[in-house]
Amino acid sequence: MSDTNLALNLKKRPTSPSALFGSLMTGLAGACLALTLIPLFLVLAFVLVQGFSRINHSLFTELPPPPGLSEGGLGNAILGTLIVVAIAVAIAVPIGVLAAVYLSEFSGNNQIAKAVRFCTNVLSGVPSIIAGIFAYGLFISTKIFSFSAIVGGVALAVLMLPTIIKTTDEALQIVPQEVRWAALGIGAYNYQTVLKIVLPAAIPAILTGITLAIARAAGETAPLIFTALNSNFWPDGIFKPISTLAVSVYNFATVPYEAQNQLAWAGSLILVFMVLLTSVLARWATRQKTY
Amino acid sequence: MQVIDPILKAENVNIFYGSYRAVRDLYLDIPKNKVTAFIGPSGCGKSTVLRCFNRLNDLIEVFRLEGAVTYHGTNLYAKDIDSIEVRKRIGMVFQKANPFPKSIYDNVAYGARINKYQGNMDELVETSLRRAALWDEVKDKLKASGFSLSGGQQQRLCIARTIAAQPEIVLMDEPCSALDPISTVKVEELMRELKENYTIIIVTHNMQQATRVADYTAFFNAEVTKDKGGKIGYLCEYDDTKVIFGSPREKITQDYVSGRFG
Repeated sequence: MSDTNLALNLKKRPTSPSALFGSLMTGLAGACLALTLIPLFLVLAFVLVQGFSRINHSLFTELPPPPGLSEGGLGNAILGTLIVVAIAVAIAVPIGVLAAVYLSEFSGNNQIAKAVRFCTNVLSGVPSIIAGIFAYGLFISTKIFSFSAIVGGVALAVLMLPTIIKTTDEALQIVPQEVRWAALGIGAYNYQTVLKIVLPAAIPAILTGITLAIARAAGETAPLIFTALNSNFWPDGIFKPISTLAVSVYNFATVPYEAQNQLAWAGSLILVFMVLLTSVLARWATRQKTY
Repeated sequence: MQVIDPILKAENVNIFYGSYRAVRDLYLDIPKNKVTAFIGPSGCGKSTVLRCFNRLNDLIEVFRLEGAVTYHGTNLYAKDIDSIEVRKRIGMVFQKANPFPKSIYDNVAYGARINKYQGNMDELVETSLRRAALWDEVKDKLKASGFSLSGGQQQRLCIARTIAAQPEIVLMDEPCSALDPISTVKVEELMRELKENYTIIIVTHNMQQATRVADYTAFFNAEVTKDKGGKIGYLCEYDDTKVIFGSPREKITQDYVSGRFG
């Protein structure tokens, strides 16, 4: 029955031009992946190796030592980072989430909404030092506040806003239109639909956006250098200069004292792990998503 | 068709989306405590008309209605009418089951809660779920998510949610189109029971379903026009279901119900 002239050949031909080209491209893509991962792992490994020896109890509980002395810790900087980030969250989350609620639920995609979305994209590309200059110009050069935790918090809040607005906006738009109709169809007011149905459904995705924004803000140095300034003492209220991990690392890495350099490495390690932890939290929140 | 004491009345209604006229010259009287079916080919405006009855079309920005839709004699499109109040009395069940991302109990209780229901919530939830023929299947897992139910159960949950808000009229937009035959039979049985307390209007593409559940049937058709949009819906014939499917006056109705087009 079989036609011998047209013998069926289904065997693999690894030397054919298309197979070779396929292998080549796969190899190239793999190499590029490795290239992007190498810096990440090198940084993590280097920070871990250099900083790990300095990890001990006093690192978290004590103040940094005066120049020339060793021991001490970064307790004030860790606490300061938490305070400044908390201020930033308290400012950026309500404004960002409510702005996104307006964009997604009430704007009807009008001209204002388009303008706000465009500005949000622009703001997300603004260098972080500009956010610092903005906060400096708004509060410090006008003498409303002096160098303090609160001005640093404002600078970080400006950096967090675009991420929060964008992710919340997207999270709300993923909630199916039918669910809004269902609520309106049984006589709910707009605000009842948004508060009780749409926002709860979007909360996991909103939390993801917030934690990612926190992770970014916590590692920022530039906007804090001339807003929160620095301090060698424990935080003294939110209207005084405050020490943060990022600025401490910057300061201690550039002084000619071994003990301070050690502290800078340890501070980097703590910072990397804080960012890693918030990113993991964000992943976890994403997994709880409704839609 | 003569309807004595209609609960809903459309008088000379024209519906527009922007400058496009979707439905023209509609006169329609809906009888109380009966099931009325809207049938007709796609694009004839059945769902559009249905959504006019609880002002859900208000959510579409370019929507505009001329004429009057009256409910117990009140024009629903008068300037001083609150569309929210209208929707509390005229509920809606959608084509696709759309439970809230909440527990089964909270899904049913939601409508009653926003209406500030004063009575016993547990009782209301149970009665509504019993009426929707869902109670026996969910009574042991009221705290489970509404999404954990099957498609047919979700649709009955949506019906329970609608009737828990205690409307007078229930609008159903192809409620069985995504359901299997067994769930469809259950929903149809439910409609026959519900009409003792509620007035039901159902849009359906399934003509057997209309003959099984509807007391009255309205046949909508679409005609080609020279205007932009190209198609305009109108009410072709409205009568007793037996008449529409047995001996309709219009030839085109006869053609549609016998499956020659649509």
